[in-house]
Amino acid sequence: MTAIRVRELRKQYRVSEREAGLWSSVKSLVRRKTRTVSAVDGISFDIAPGEIVGFLGPNGAGKTTTLKMLSGLLHPSSGEIEVLGQVPWKRHADFLGRMSLVMGQRNQLVWDIPAVETFELNRAIYRIPMAQYRETLDELVDLLDLKAVMGAPVRNLSLGERMKCELTAALLHRPKVVFLDEPTIGLDVTMQRRLRDFISQYRRVHGATVLLTSHYMADVEALCRRVIVIHRGRLLFDGDLGALVGRFAAHKLISIHLATPCAGLAQYGELVSDEEGHVTLRVPKAETPRVTARLLAELPITDLTVEDPPIDEVISRVFTEGAV
Amino acid sequence: MNGLLGVYLQQWKISLAETFQYRAAMAIWLIGHVLEPLLYLVVWSAVAGANGGRVGGMGRGDFAAYFIALLLVNHVTYTWIMWEMEHRIRHGALSFALLKPLHPVHADIAANLASKLITFPVILLAAGALALLFKPAFHPSSWSVLAFLPSLLLAFLLRFALEWVLALAAFWTTRIGAVNQAYFVTALFFSGQIAPLALLPSPMAFLSKILPFRWTAGFPVDLLLGRLDPHEALHGFLAQGAWILGILLVARVLWRAALRRYSAVGS
Repeated sequence: MTAIRVRELRKQYRVSEREAGLWSSVKSLVRRKTRTVSAVDGISFDIAPGEIVGFLGPNGAGKTTTLKMLSGLLHPSSGEIEVLGQVPWKRHADFLGRMSLVMGQRNQLVWDIPAVETFELNRAIYRIPMAQYRETLDELVDLLDLKAVMGAPVRNLSLGERMKCELTAALLHRPKVVFLDEPTIGLDVTMQRRLRDFISQYRRVHGATVLLTSHYMADVEALCRRVIVIHRGRLLFDGDLGALVGRFAAHKLISIHLATPCAGLAQYGELVSDEEGHVTLRVPKAETPRVTARLLAELPITDLTVEDPPIDEVISRVFTEGAV
Repeated sequence: MNGLLGVYLQQWKISLAETFQYRAAMAIWLIGHVLEPLLYLVVWSAVAGANGGRVGGMGRGDFAAYFIALLLVNHVTYTWIMWEMEHRIRHGALSFALLKPLHPVHADIAANLASKLITFPVILLAAGALALLFKPAFHPSSWSVLAFLPSLLLAFLLRFALEWVLALAAFWTTRIGAVNQAYFVTALFFSGQIAPLALLPSPMAFLSKILPFRWTAGFPVDLLLGRLDPHEALHGFLAQGAWILGILLVARVLWRAALRRYSAVGS
């Protein structure tokens, strides 16, 4: 049983192409040159009910295009998608009523009036029974601390308050599948953490399947054990977050505390930091055991730890080098 | 309250609140709505005056009655969906409507009705003031006034359906201004908004009969003014019904094609 099933999914766009200058403008009136761009180029994956998965990739990797196909907004060029047993682009009311897409940079709330009016509209559209609506709204208002902002026109809310209201509007009908596209973008650290906790709790309480994209690795680390990484429309990695680091990190960080200051540490590896006897070295992964043994044998060490590099660094290496 | 009625009521509430937010814009828009028929009324009155008081069998009082009735009918049937749709698609706002398990047309109808609820009393006052100023010659018969109401409802449905379908052009071209302009000029002429259709030269009069525009404005106005016999009225109702049915069928097919085409520009 899968909540989301994707096979060989592709989306190609035709974009018109024109050189600069007046003559090419005139030419384009008669014959428009187009070229085909593959935004998503044959990706496949399955997501189980109740699972939360991080969907990673640099800008333009095809994440949003994939989310739009999964939520039925875009028609795939080829391939198969099934979400909750339905084909999204057929847009059956039964499917639309059980999923939600939240885009951090867009809003569905009516701008000039209080958010609660949009909530009421969604209650009517999703035909949520009054008792359930009250219960869910109370729960969301409580979890997100919304009471004070519900009555103010949306345009007067801060970015964080607006995002909380967006999430509320998107979750009132208790969707079984939630697509979150950059839900914490532009928010401060406290608010990011708050939303993260909320997403985690919502998933736990309602058994929802969540697919999340974020530029903040902290979001992904806190919420997702499994990540799917795409780059230029292709699937680079699908698996455990820890395994991603293991697979793509070419280096390890060895951190040591020295009893007395020592010179010539650069011979052991690349010196990352050296502060009052606390030294960090970057060492090629394959050489880690040998270097560790040498350090222990040759230096007055009081403490030693071997760590993976920060996940941000690993991911950015994956993206910049397209390493597989 | 659940079901479609609940959606309409809530959408209505939202549209009312939004309309009140933009009172100044609404006032300017209303002035424009009154000025347009007033302009044609003044011009045609002048033409009638220069022709010894009558043009094509219509005197000053007849023109006054025609354009005042037109002001009311045109207001009831007016839509702005063709501009709205372009904005929605260019700014990606349609996506949110498409994510919901309800056809977006319902929100459009509710918003249209909500706005009219606020503006219609003002237009009615303006029509009253014009009537005092221009002394219209109203000679309606009781059956035609009764028939006017359903013809007005059908005119609204027809114009709404027609303009909603044309608005779908925004799915194929993100710059829909040219389509809108062509439509508005044609509609202005053939719906009877510039001149009563009876005054059109015969090739134009023929075109006005086979195009849908007459049934969105000129026909209800003529009914209200008692200018049609029962046979012509029946013909008008049948034409309205047939056009609505035809456009709804086209709308079904086009909407599906439009959804396939939708590539969420800028969203």
